[in-house]
Amino acid sequence: MLQLQINGEARELPSDSSVEQLVAALQLENKRFAIELNGEIVPRSRHAATRLNNGDKLEVVVAVGGG
Amino acid sequence: MNVPEQPPQPLIIAGKSYRSRLLVGTGKYRDFAETRAAIDASGAEIITVAIRRVNIGQNANEPNLLDALPPSQFTILPNTAGCYNAKDAVRTLRLARELLDGHSLVKLEVLADDATLFPDMPETLTAAKELVADGFQVMVYCTDDPIQAKALEEIGCVAVMPLASLIGSGMGILNPWNLEIILDRAKVPVLVDAGIGTASDAAIAMELGCDGVLMNTAIAKAKNPVLMASAMKKAVEAGREAFLAGRMPKKIYQGSPSSPTEGRIS
Repeated sequence: MLQLQINGEARELPSDSSVEQLVAALQLENKRFAIELNGEIVPRSRHAATRLNNGDKLEVVVAVGGG
Repeated sequence: MNVPEQPPQPLIIAGKSYRSRLLVGTGKYRDFAETRAAIDASGAEIITVAIRRVNIGQNANEPNLLDALPPSQFTILPNTAGCYNAKDAVRTLRLARELLDGHSLVKLEVLADDATLFPDMPETLTAAKELVADGFQVMVYCTDDPIQAKALEEIGCVAVMPLASLIGSGMGILNPWNLEIILDRAKVPVLVDAGIGTASDAAIAMELGCDGVLMNTAIAKAKNPVLMASAMKKAVEAGREAFLAGRMPKKIYQGSPSSPTEGRIS
């Protein structure tokens, strides 16, 4: 299993998971969001090809109400 | 009587025209239905949003702000609210650009402290330089200091947005004279951002010659947000028309009768 930090919380994903699989695990498919992996944005077009590694830190953000 | 036709004068920001000169935030509403109703009543075309961590445990069917306010119907202006340094602000807007499919018009705000929410101008200038270099079209929240506003324009910001008073304070325009200096010198649109409390505040901003007004709390925290949104729409339009019409000169020491002085009965 991979030990990940997602939005500051610990989470496990099967070894060899991609960003795309993480998106599926978070039920975010077809939603508007953006992902940063260890401080670098992972463009949507790279989700499938980007493998996750043990200890990776991810930020997953959405638009919310604000002024 | 017909109103003499004004030449069409849309608000132009970064080469794009907007009919409405009222920009509104989407925070502090009860729910997305109220947000949408108020924004529709305001007539705003540009609406601000914040960028925040997704709630990991959330129900996958939980409504999303951008479902209620789709980017196909509005120009979404992501902000950097809650950022206290240039690095966080730039990072937030890069995430926003990814989230919005490459959309580059953004609102930069770098705050100095969480009590006043006053802009941190050195950090704002640093972030503005980096964002402009990275291809963003930056609308920037700033102090009502004409020198700083000019510096932001020279960096390449597409609009400067001085505060009228503190964010969320509803205190109105505290320093119209500074705004007038900024307006006199600016070559990019000047929008008042923050501090509007009620319709007359928005009208005064527009009468001073501002190109637009951005507000959130004044609408969202009114007792009736939808009615206040409608009032703000009219105030911005009325203020703009008054500015274009050109107000009468002020006479401080002497009245001037509106009725004829001849032909009075004796």
